[in-house]
Amino acid sequence: MTTATTTTPAASADSGSLLLTLMKLRTFIALFAVIAFFSAFAPNFLSTANIILMSKHVALNAFLAMGMTFVIITGGIDLSVGSIVGLCGMVAGGLILNGIDLQIGYTIYFNIVEVCLITLAVGILIGAVNGLLITRLNVAPFIATLGTLYVARGLALLSSDGQTFPNLVGKPELATTGFGFLGSGRIIGLPVSIWILIVVALAAAYFARYVPLGRQIFAVGGNERAARMSGIRVNRVKMFVYMFSGFCAAIVGIVISSELMAAHPATGNSFELNAIAAAVLGGTSMSGGRGTIGGTIIGAFVIGILSDGLVMMGVSSFWQMVIKGIVIIVAVVVDQAQRRLQQQVALMQLAKKG
Amino acid sequence: MASHSSMASPSSIDAQDDIILQLEDVTKVYSGIVAVKNATLSLRRGAVNVLVGENGAGKSTLMRMIAGVERPSLGRILLDAKPVEFHSPADAQKHGIGMVFQELNLFGNLSVAENIFATREIVRGFLGIDHNAQIEKANLFLDRLDAGISAETMVEDLPIGQQQLVEIAKALSLDTRILILDEPTSALSAAEVDILFKVIAELKAQGVAIVYISHRLEELMRIGDHITVLRDGQITGQALVKDIDTRWIVRSMIGSDAKDFAKSVDHTLGREAFRAEDISLARRTGGLAVDHLSISVRAGEVLGIYGLMGAGRSEFFECVMGQHPHATGRIYVDGAEIAARDTPTRIKRGLALIPEDRQREGLVQVLSIAANLTLASLDRFVRFKFHITGERERSAIADAIRDLAIKAPNPDFDVTSMSGGNQQKVVIGKALMTKPKVLLMDEPSRGIDVGAKADVFRTMRRLAGEGLAILFSTSDLEEVMALSDRIAVMSNGRITTILDRADASEEAIVQAASIGHKSTQTSGDHAP
Repeated sequence: MTTATTTTPAASADSGSLLLTLMKLRTFIALFAVIAFFSAFAPNFLSTANIILMSKHVALNAFLAMGMTFVIITGGIDLSVGSIVGLCGMVAGGLILNGIDLQIGYTIYFNIVEVCLITLAVGILIGAVNGLLITRLNVAPFIATLGTLYVARGLALLSSDGQTFPNLVGKPELATTGFGFLGSGRIIGLPVSIWILIVVALAAAYFARYVPLGRQIFAVGGNERAARMSGIRVNRVKMFVYMFSGFCAAIVGIVISSELMAAHPATGNSFELNAIAAAVLGGTSMSGGRGTIGGTIIGAFVIGILSDGLVMMGVSSFWQMVIKGIVIIVAVVVDQAQRRLQQQVALMQLAKKG
Repeated sequence: MASHSSMASPSSIDAQDDIILQLEDVTKVYSGIVAVKNATLSLRRGAVNVLVGENGAGKSTLMRMIAGVERPSLGRILLDAKPVEFHSPADAQKHGIGMVFQELNLFGNLSVAENIFATREIVRGFLGIDHNAQIEKANLFLDRLDAGISAETMVEDLPIGQQQLVEIAKALSLDTRILILDEPTSALSAAEVDILFKVIAELKAQGVAIVYISHRLEELMRIGDHITVLRDGQITGQALVKDIDTRWIVRSMIGSDAKDFAKSVDHTLGREAFRAEDISLARRTGGLAVDHLSISVRAGEVLGIYGLMGAGRSEFFECVMGQHPHATGRIYVDGAEIAARDTPTRIKRGLALIPEDRQREGLVQVLSIAANLTLASLDRFVRFKFHITGERERSAIADAIRDLAIKAPNPDFDVTSMSGGNQQKVVIGKALMTKPKVLLMDEPSRGIDVGAKADVFRTMRRLAGEGLAILFSTSDLEEVMALSDRIAVMSNGRITTILDRADASEEAIVQAASIGHKSTQTSGDHAP
């Protein structure tokens, strides 16, 4: 995790090492930079209300970005997450509003916990479809998930004929009330979605470090052939990362429709790009093998704060896009420079040792 | 430029006027390693000039200098008695020198004609490439080789032997006067070899100087005219092929000075630990890469598998590890058959492989030394079925680093920050961490320095002493003689002979390694 990189070696007087340390901490530095900048120039930026509002925005992207991080570490990509968000929102909304019509005069309604579980299952299922296409049918991840992007979005639109499922308050007699709690409820002052984010992020970070399957994600992305030779079940690892990505997207679908108390089929459009941006900003390497959950979360915060801050400053949304693009490119350029410097420093240290 | 008067005197063999190209006292140094030392060599037109030597003897470096891929550090190259310098392969091509590399350099997704004329396409002004003219011309060259290939075929649709002919046709299209063939038969079937030899004979008759690099002594004796033997970057013998026999070649190849091998520890062998029965694997291009191979190894025994490139050693190891789902045959460890065909189960049942290509198959470069070491055995450090205990893992890593003498300043550094020898030790450590009963080592000493080699050999001996059954493959004669309790020789997917170390001679091994292009039955087929 990124917290490990914060413990800087105290006595690294070498200018190379110092520069390297700064570069390693670049996402942190960027985070502090945007916070400092907007505190100075955007009114009310540091108010509690605003911080909580921003965190809620960031959380949505952070969920997707975590799933995306694991996928990218294996050397893949998941373009379908935005559509899964939309579809899962529609599934949750449809189940609350209409239940499942059995066509024989009966309609099954689920209680709110069941609705959420079913929705999560749908997300995982689409992830599994991605995984199967990639592992069993050898479809390139980009194409496979591009396909499911369209399929999932199409299904979301079909589910309501393009209409919104409005007013998801539910009925007390069916135990479908309380859906709004996930989106707007609070526990000890923090929004529920933030709590969920904390739990999932800690679990994911733990998983990447202390669970064999998590470690194997890195090996598969670093050198798939060597991983196979070492007895790692590569297909199982890939299935897992796409299913986890689908799971994360389903959470976002539920949270968004819960916040709005309505489900719209176009929700989540182009969310996948923000998720990729956050992962890359957080130091995830598109060529696989490298990345951390902590870094990705910080990356999501940088992007989220940047766009919210610019809105508060009244910068036009067109300029926002330009700035966001530049930030992503700079992040990757610095990332590459750091790799090179790191190799040089490592070589120098080797040479010194003789 | 240094000008020792040449130590060897090639001119004594026959007349000077046949000589098309001459290397004079050439030396090539790579960052500290002398790959070729004071080599003086003459190539004759209208003849097959054979170059032979063990892996790493410097044959390829020598030829790469002639083909313009490398430039000599010292010495000069004379073409038609005039000094020349090649700055690039294209430069050498202009002078009529063509090389067919062991790994073919063809574009599988393009047609034969497009391959032959790659980078020199025939164009009609703004109309673009004149495909018809290209195909017509390409067919001319192909006919000259009697190849029976249409120039419109996609290269990837051709069997490997015909692809080789395409390479040769490409070289000919450049008006090649010197054609270098690097191990051209390593992937060919018997019939394909015959065709190749016919082509070589024709080219010879047309006055082309052929340089032929090969390990297969039988072949060299069959088509060679002049032979040059290399050892450790130096030329150790030059002769006319008709004057010599295989014994002379082997003697020149190996020399007499012994290297530092770990002394064998005397220990009694245990019961049979590993048995493979009737292993077969089809090659993608047709034929069998592993041909009904059976072998048995006892606990504590080191079995050396000697074979040339393409003999099927790596493929056999991969079959044993379950890397080829289509392979047939049965595998037994400690007498019990392993029915599961997947690698994870086979590793669990006590098999481990150290792959030949460390970078591609052994290491995950982006991970640390520690993470690479425990990669295959994470389940060992797990508590409650999922939690990796850091302490247990760290102590296992420390043990491995100590036992294998890995020179790692910090196990958390990137694995690529170490030398090749230490990287190899990490791969070995990774395999050993799975607690194998049978260890398969594919060319374990490839590409590592002398000190690391000695460490690896010592480790092999120690492990055998601890009761591990070890199978290792090598194409280094000395190594196989010094390290093995028994020696199996592989050729063309079969085991052609199995010898006890006491009975083995270098000559017998080399002979057995070049059997196989004959389609006759072989005695060692069903090994004990």
